[in-house]
Amino acid sequence: MKMLINVPETVVADALRGMAAAHPELTVDVENRVIVRRDAPVAGKVALVSGGGSGHEPLHGGFVGPGMLSAACPGEVFTSPVPDQMVRAAAAVDSGAGVLFVVKNYTGDVLNFDMAAELAEDEGIQVAKVLVNDDVAVTDSLYTAGRRGTGGTLFVEKIAGAAADEGRPLEQVRSVAQQVNDSSRSFGVALGACTTPAKGSPTFDLPPGQLELGVGIHGEPGRERRPMMTSGEIADFAVEAVLEDLNPRNPVLVLVNGMGATPLLELYGFNAEVQRVLAGRGVSVARTLVGNYVTSLDMAGASVTLCEIDEELLRLWDAPVRTAGLRWGM
Amino acid sequence: MLDADFFRRWMTATAVSVGREAERLTALDSPIGDADHGSNLRRGFDAVATVVAEKVPDTPGAVLVLAGSRLISTVGGASGPLYGTLLRRTGKALGEAAEVSTEQFTDALRIGVDAVMALGGAAPGDKTMIDALVPTVDALADSFAAARTAAEQGALATTPLQARKGRASYLGERSIGHQDPGATSAALLIAALAETAGE
Repeated sequence: MKMLINVPETVVADALRGMAAAHPELTVDVENRVIVRRDAPVAGKVALVSGGGSGHEPLHGGFVGPGMLSAACPGEVFTSPVPDQMVRAAAAVDSGAGVLFVVKNYTGDVLNFDMAAELAEDEGIQVAKVLVNDDVAVTDSLYTAGRRGTGGTLFVEKIAGAAADEGRPLEQVRSVAQQVNDSSRSFGVALGACTTPAKGSPTFDLPPGQLELGVGIHGEPGRERRPMMTSGEIADFAVEAVLEDLNPRNPVLVLVNGMGATPLLELYGFNAEVQRVLAGRGVSVARTLVGNYVTSLDMAGASVTLCEIDEELLRLWDAPVRTAGLRWGM
Repeated sequence: MLDADFFRRWMTATAVSVGREAERLTALDSPIGDADHGSNLRRGFDAVATVVAEKVPDTPGAVLVLAGSRLISTVGGASGPLYGTLLRRTGKALGEAAEVSTEQFTDALRIGVDAVMALGGAAPGDKTMIDALVPTVDALADSFAAARTAAEQGALATTPLQARKGRASYLGERSIGHQDPGATSAALLIAALAETAGE
């Protein structure tokens, strides 16, 4: 397997050095693995800290900046960061107004952020938490770790970031983040597995004529395997899976997200099919975002996320944002 | 009686064993997880071996608390907090005694294993490290060698189980037929314990 890396052990640090060189508006602490917007802490405003395994870029470091995250903590590839990183990030961005941790629902992320919240509170930092669990491919029961956090994370981070930018207090920012999560659902498909630098071979074996339905963002297999389908058939399946769980009466935000190895030509074509299915179901679309935002290294495939919104959430979505991975209005 | 040096040697032996078996752990983690268990634990236990050699903690409890804290700071994922809590809580339960008996250690380890179950919400049969650790505690009353055998059998017995915790749980029935990497690494920890005791 050929990769543009030096050695597997330094991929995260090497990427952070490159990110620092490309984005002088960020403070990148390569050694401690914390990415902070350079103007933090912003007086009087709630700070947002997120993080998770590396390999999902631009999530989360690419979403640090005005209007979105205050800091991000990248872990090893597909491995959650450690509490030390989160505490360091919280201390760097807290202006006294408190910090919201945006946590995707994976056992490791939850445990490490919980430990970090305790340590940060010991240091006098007020912490609130929102757990993102938008993935309808997982049965949320006592017999799983619960629904995973995937594409909905982008909606939560953008909209809660805008709410924090308006100067709202911590509890209100947390509440908006929770509302966005509760209104978001995702479903992902893989056409090919990804390869982690440490392993050097695909994380699961997907024969050429097959696709995997209901995949997560860590190269873990999905819930079902089928013979390859057309873009239109995949859109039918994915959107229906989301709508089985979310019955929107209001307009929705749509994220058609690439997993890393699917070109925009295919993603835009897939989006055309997604919009067809939504129109057929009478779902009104307020805004659409197409691109690679919550990736899974070099996995081929895509996910669809819908977020049902009201006027207030739409206004916050449209609010200016300036980050490496998402930028409009400023 | 077991002194601080015994526990330092245990941690070092675990680092050697995890380093040797890292690729196997990662291979076990590949079909049902995300193929990083071996590399994550190797990074953590290498850091543990370094810190217990540099700081030379002078009680059994201090060795395990330091080792557990180091794992939490270096491993990440679920393994960091879970293994970190196992060692920290066991160490705290040992208190400040300069030497502990096997019985005292067994009681402390039981407290550590209970803390892991509380943190992760896992019970025996969920296809996790708990399936190796619970039989270990019960067998330690007999001997370190019996504990090693119990842990290894516990790890092997996870193969036919359906995962209910962690990333493997997303696979549902497709997790059946794969040995759990967490239970396997827990068995390595206990094998290193028996080796350190000369059994």
